Amino acid sequence: MELPARTFRVTRADLVRYAGASGDFNPIHWSDRIATKVGLPGVIAHGMFTMALVGRAVTEWAGAPDAVVDFGVRFTRPVVVPDDDQGTEIEVTAVVREVTEDGLTRLDVTATCLGEKVLSQARATVRTAR
Amino acid sequence: MSLDPSYVGRSYPPTAPYEVGREKIREFATAIGATDPAHHDPEAARALGHRDVVAPPTFPFVVTMAAWRQVVEDPDLGVDYSRVVHGDQRFAYTRPVVAGDELVCVNTIEEITNRGGHGFLTTRTDVTTAAGEPVVAVWSKLVVRGEA
Repeated sequence: MELPARTFRVTRADLVRYAGASGDFNPIHWSDRIATKVGLPGVIAHGMFTMALVGRAVTEWAGAPDAVVDFGVRFTRPVVVPDDDQGTEIEVTAVVREVTEDGLTRLDVTATCLGEKVLSQARATVRTAR
Repeated sequence: MSLDPSYVGRSYPPTAPYEVGREKIREFATAIGATDPAHHDPEAARALGHRDVVAPPTFPFVVTMAAWRQVVEDPDLGVDYSRVVHGDQRFAYTRPVVAGDELVCVNTIEEITNRGGHGFLTTRTDVTTAAGEPVVAVWSKLVVRGEA
């Protein structure tokens, strides 16, 4: 079973807000000068911001904010966020891989930006709604 | 850079407790656009059986990222943090983090490999309450990029 796709818009303002909320002030997430100096095409989103958006999609699919029991990803490609009002978009989809007898649902998740996968081995296990 | 695999299994002393604030959870939830009332309203969280507002699933990283310093600043390992990128991340939850939790982290080096000039370091962080109740286990794989 495939779950309804979710699309999240990501702008520079979102990265600044996430930096403050998470305490991750690495300048590659807010300074083009420093991002390009270390060989990136420009400012990139925090991997953990992408993972947080996927986590949002997963909890919303599960229908409960406390449903996630296991959640893992591999970061494979940076999400470049241009300095304009549009930013970029991350699309998140998932398929149900397994529903266990003890009420757990295992999801295989895909996250893409501009048609390219930005995560691999993204998996979540959620408790099925009470 | 090359990492010494003989440090696999090294554990670090428990970190000082991190007190999870209600406003911090609200701020984090707002930053990621998570609008479920249980992240913001203690009454909504209590209706789900929690003591106070519930943190989104990746919130524990805020706590473990601070605890990571023990590992990345360990002079024996000699990690050059300016060359570190985040490889993998996983959380296995006993229960969600809620406001009022006092969380203690114990870091263990679970795996070290070297491949293609890069070093790969996996840490496991056991996050418990100050009383020792398990909350979440967190795995982070860091890639220490070799000189180009």
